[in-house]
Amino acid sequence: MAFRGKRPEHGGPPELFYDKNEARKYVRNSRMIDVQTQMTGRALELLCLPEGQPCYLLDIGCGSGLSGDYLSDEGHYWVGIDISPAMLDAALDRDTEGDLLLGDMGQGIPFKPGTFDGCISISAVQWLCNANKKSDIPAKRLYCFFSSLYSVLVRGARAVLQLYPENSEQLELITIQATKAGFTGGVVVDFPNSAKAKKFYLCLFSGPSTFLPKALTETTDEEEATESAFTSERTSMGPALRCSGNGCYSNGERPSVAGIMLEIV
Amino acid sequence: MKLLTHNLLSSHVRGVGPRGFPLRLQATEVRINPVEFNPEFVARMIPKVEWAALLEAADTVRTLPHARARPEWGGGRGRSHRRPGSLARVGMPRGDLGLCPQLHLVEVPKEPIEGYEHDEKFLRKMHHVLLEVDVLEGTLQCPESGRLFPISRGIPNMLLSDEETET
Repeated sequence: MAFRGKRPEHGGPPELFYDKNEARKYVRNSRMIDVQTQMTGRALELLCLPEGQPCYLLDIGCGSGLSGDYLSDEGHYWVGIDISPAMLDAALDRDTEGDLLLGDMGQGIPFKPGTFDGCISISAVQWLCNANKKSDIPAKRLYCFFSSLYSVLVRGARAVLQLYPENSEQLELITIQATKAGFTGGVVVDFPNSAKAKKFYLCLFSGPSTFLPKALTETTDEEEATESAFTSERTSMGPALRCSGNGCYSNGERPSVAGIMLEIV
Repeated sequence: MKLLTHNLLSSHVRGVGPRGFPLRLQATEVRINPVEFNPEFVARMIPKVEWAALLEAADTVRTLPHARARPEWGGGRGRSHRRPGSLARVGMPRGDLGLCPQLHLVEVPKEPIEGYEHDEKFLRKMHHVLLEVDVLEGTLQCPESGRLFPISRGIPNMLLSDEETET
């Protein structure tokens, strides 16, 4: 969603922003439902689960269960975590099939190691970047989230997190903590040239490095410049974000995409 | 909260680590939800099941008066009617359940049997226990710290205080 006004994350914590009124939108507003559903579909696509196999998935920031319903429709089983009681109430009313937990992802994911075959998150993770209490340190909460996520995933499983980073510094903060936690992967940016349609998917792998999926673009037969706002110098500590518009991830073929893929190296 | 979820949940209170499992379940209200049987999924989850914890949880809920979904409502969480090919069903309204006193759970196998992947009877029993028993009200207790996590309307509240958080 393109925010013309203030970012919701600046106004306070998510459990207050996602109150009954906001929750109602997720249940009633068809455009909102459409966007969330589309993003879930894309995240599931990027998750690259084995075909035809029912999986046990984690939905971070599951909200009213829109994304979870999609997972159920695809034959998967899931557990959702959300910090907003109002959104979870809406999920109860909608009778979702997955189990719901009231929890704060920044406090860690309370499951045994190797529980989930995969994880998705739609429009939630950027909330970790804002300190809502004096005691909150975003980097620590991000690390706590990513390290516990790494643990609860089956070895080799993926997490695909759709998010709205405020700027490149925020995206870098997020990817650095994910890397510290042991993940490899990168950011897939769909429709990078469209203000409205542009979407970020943080694709994380908990096993050996594998290829990053192609990003989507409106004009698939054009090749464009590969520069991106998200490159950074490689330092002795932090990872670099390497931009590959023309892609080095093809299976032998050269992708002609204008979408941007950023690999965490 | 399904018993499958309970079997995989672990306390994330600061300092408990691997000793945060299993959470001790106390239940005061439970409901049985018919869920479509998927043998492949059940078989894949068997290796993840912590059997002692499952038996203990099943014992806890076994003799509670179980709310059971009435057959004429089709039962289950309401979405199965949207799936193509399934019977037209109406979602079961919450809060309007027939209570069956002393309804006993199907017997829980003591351990996975040899060749369980192909044993439909075994898989159906496990399906029932893991996916069809829904704890609506109760508590989960961290075995190491003693911390209680309440379950309300089927949703465990796993929010920690600042002092309890690992960061």
